[in-house]
Amino acid sequence: RRGRTSPGATSPRPSAPHPRWELAGHAGAAPFHWSESLGRRGLIRPRPRSVVVQLQLEDTVKMAAVSALVRRPLRQVSGLLRRRFHRTAPAALQVTVRDAINQGMDEELERDEKVFLLGEEVAQYDGAYKVSRGLWKKYGDKRIIDTPISEMGFAGIAVGAAMAGLRPICEFMTFNFSMQAIDQVINSAAKTYYMSGGLQSVPIVFRGPNGASAGVAAQHSQCFAAWYGHCPGLKVVSPWNSEDAKGLIKSAIRDNNPVVVLENELMYGVPFELPSEAQSKDFLIPIGKAKIERQGTHVTVVAHSRPVGHCLEAATVLSKEGIECEVVNLRTIRPMDIETIENSVMKTNHLVTVEGGWPQFGVGAEICARIMEGQAFNFLDAPAVRVTGADVPMPYAKILEDNSVPQVKDIIFAIKKTLNI
Amino acid sequence: MLTAVVSRVLSGISQKPASRVLVASCNFSNDATFEIKKCDLHRLEEGPPDTAVLTREDGLKYYRMMQVVRRMELKADQLYKQKFIRGFCHLCDGQEACCVGLEAGIKPTDHIITSYRAHGLCYTRGISVRGILAELTGRRGGCAKGKGGSMHMYSKNFYGGNGIVGAQVPLGAGIALACKYKGNNEVCLTLYGDGAANQGQISEAYNMAALWKLPCIFICENNFYGMGTSVDRAAASTEYYKRGNFIPGLRVDGMDVLCVREATKFAADFCRSGKGPIVMELQTYRYHGHSMSDPGISYRTREEIQNVRNKSDPIMILKNRMVSKNLASIEEFKDIDVGVRKEIDDAAQFATTNPEPRLEELAHHIYSSNPPFEVRGTNQWIKFKSHS
Repeated sequence: RRGRTSPGATSPRPSAPHPRWELAGHAGAAPFHWSESLGRRGLIRPRPRSVVVQLQLEDTVKMAAVSALVRRPLRQVSGLLRRRFHRTAPAALQVTVRDAINQGMDEELERDEKVFLLGEEVAQYDGAYKVSRGLWKKYGDKRIIDTPISEMGFAGIAVGAAMAGLRPICEFMTFNFSMQAIDQVINSAAKTYYMSGGLQSVPIVFRGPNGASAGVAAQHSQCFAAWYGHCPGLKVVSPWNSEDAKGLIKSAIRDNNPVVVLENELMYGVPFELPSEAQSKDFLIPIGKAKIERQGTHVTVVAHSRPVGHCLEAATVLSKEGIECEVVNLRTIRPMDIETIENSVMKTNHLVTVEGGWPQFGVGAEICARIMEGQAFNFLDAPAVRVTGADVPMPYAKILEDNSVPQVKDIIFAIKKTLNI
Repeated sequence: MLTAVVSRVLSGISQKPASRVLVASCNFSNDATFEIKKCDLHRLEEGPPDTAVLTREDGLKYYRMMQVVRRMELKADQLYKQKFIRGFCHLCDGQEACCVGLEAGIKPTDHIITSYRAHGLCYTRGISVRGILAELTGRRGGCAKGKGGSMHMYSKNFYGGNGIVGAQVPLGAGIALACKYKGNNEVCLTLYGDGAANQGQISEAYNMAALWKLPCIFICENNFYGMGTSVDRAAASTEYYKRGNFIPGLRVDGMDVLCVREATKFAADFCRSGKGPIVMELQTYRYHGHSMSDPGISYRTREEIQNVRNKSDPIMILKNRMVSKNLASIEEFKDIDVGVRKEIDDAAQFATTNPEPRLEELAHHIYSSNPPFEVRGTNQWIKFKSHS
C-alpha cells in the first residue's frame, strides 16, 4: 500500500523511504493513512492523529520510540508521520485502545468502591484480550471476579447487584455470547426503571468486543449495534479510538443506566495519541454526542467503531481528487446524535453511512430513515447510501471474509456513486 | 418491620372502640407453643425446630396479614372479571402462609425477589393494598404509577415481580452478592416456582452462589403445577429442595405459617453465618388457576382443590390453633375480618376511581438521572418529553 512512498511527506523533495522505517518494524504492514494526510495537507488539527515522529536528516525533530506492535501481521502497526521542518515534536502520549479502556476502568475502580468487574477470565488471566490486565493484581478478588462460563447466570447476577446498589461492569468475552444473556440485558436491566415507575434504577455496564474480528467465522463475528440500539432504556456506545474508548467507558460507568459498550477486538492493539485533557482522571465523553473527525464540504460520511478509520482513509484518498469528505464518528448508537448528522448533511448535501453490521434493519438504515423524516432531507442532492457488511453469515476463507466487511475501496466507491462521479 | 406491621394491624382494628380491645386481651394467654412439621433435610445435620412459640400479638398480626392477602387476591379476581384489570393477573390465594411466614423470619433490611405471582409479597414487603390494586387497574396512584402492572411492583428491598420465568433467580444471587460485598449481614430471599425450577439459569445461579458463598436463600414455592403441567410431568426429580445438589436444602410445609417462619429463620441464620446459600422448598397450593385466563380445573380436580381448602387452608390452620390454645377468640377474628374487608373495599374504590396516568408522562422514566429528552411516539410528528 501507500506506506513507504507516502504522499504524506511535507518535504519538498519526493518522499523516499527513510531507512529508519525498516527498523521501526514497518516492513510489510500498512500504516494509518489518515495520519499521513495531516503532513501532506499541512493541516494543523486540534488533536493531531500523529503517532510517531520520525527523525529526518536535516530536521531537528526528535523521534519518539514506538513499541506498540500488534501481534497479528494484518493489523496496522504504529503509523508514521513526517512533520514539518521547523516544529519540535511534543511528547506524544501514545496509548492503545486496550490500554485506554484499562486506564478508564482502573480510574473508575479507584474512584468508587462500588464499581467492580466480572466476566470470564477477567481476573487471573488478565482478560481474554488483556483489556483488564493488572486490575486483579491491584484490586483483588472482591473487585475483579472470574466467573464460570454462565453468561445468563452472571449477567443476571450483575444486574441484581446493580439493583442492590453496586455498579458492576459485566464483560462478555464477545458480544456473540451476550445472546445467551440477552434476556437479562433487555428485560431485567433496560426496562426496569420504566416498569417500576422510576423506583428501581440499574447502573450497570455491559462491555466487550463486538463485530467482526479476523478469521473467527460466523458465530463469532456478529455486530450487535442494531440489536441493542433498538431498545429503549439502554444506552449503547461504540468507541473508535483510544480517546473515545477511555472517555466513553468512564461515562458509562458513571451513568446510572444500563450502558452497552461495543468495543472492537481489531482496534484493541491500535495506538493513538491521547490528548492532554484525555489524560485527566475526570475526562469524560458525553454519551449521545457524535464527533466530527474531519471537516469536509462535499459529502457526509457517518460511521461508528473501526470503520471510522476506514472512512478517514477513504477521505484522504479522495482528497487528492478534490473531494472533501466530512467524517462523523457516531460514538453513541443510542441515543443517536442525529442533529450532528443533519447539520452536516445540510452543509454537504450528500450522505454515506458506513458500518460493519448487516444492512437489514441496521444503524445505517436508521440514520437514513431519520434523515428522511427531518429537515436535512430537503438538502439532499442524492439518495443516502449505506455501506455495510455483506448480508451473509461471516465466512472463514480470507478472500470471502475480505469481501464481507466494508473496505476502504467500498467506501470510496459509494462516495463517488452518491456524488455521481 | 415489626413497628410497621404492628401499626398496620392497629390501624386495621382501630375501627372498634379501644375499650373492647382492652377487655378482649385480658382473657387470653400471651403465647403458646405449637408442634410443627419436621422439615426434610438435604445435606444438613440439623434443621429448624419442630416446635414454635407463637405470641398472641404475632398470631393476630399474621392472621390479619394473611386475611388481607386472601381478600386482596379475591378482590383482584372480581375486578378482573369486571374488566378493571387487564392482561396478566396471577393470584396467590392459598399461598398466604408463604409470604407472611417468610416476612416473619427475616428483617426489613433483608431483600426479597420473586416471580410474577407476587401480590402477596408486595403487601408483606410494605406496599399498601391501595398501591397494589391501583397498579393492577393501571392508575396513576399505583405503586409503579401504572407503568408496570401486575408483574412489576417494587418497593424498598423488594425487587418485584418479574415476568420472565426464572430470570429473577440470578438477579437474587446478584443481590446476595451485593450484600456480601457491602458486608452488611443481610440476606436475599430468591423465590421461584416448581415450573421455573427447571430453568438452566437457576443451575448457573446455584453454582455461582455456592462457589462464592453468597448469602442467598433459594426458595422454591412448589404449588405442584407449573401453569397446567403437574410436577411429575415436568421434572425428572420433584425433590426441589435437593435440586441445589451441593447446596443444603430444606423441605417445608408451606401451608403452616409457623413452619415457614421457623424454616426461614433457620435458613437466614445459616446464610448470615457465612456458610453460603441454602435451598428451601415450600410445599403449598394455589386455589386459583395459573392466571385469570385459566379456570384451573382442566389439569386438576375440583375435589383436590376442595380437599386442600378443607384440610390445609393456612388461615384456617392458624385461627384454629390460636383458638384452641386460647390466644384469641372467634369474635376477635371476625372483627379483624370486618376491618380487612373494609380496607380492601376502600382500596378497590380507590383503584377504580383514581385517574389513569397522564398521557404526557408516557415516556417518563426511561433513563435515570438524565436531563429531559424527546421520545418519538407512534409517528414522527408525535413527540413525548421524557423525565427521569
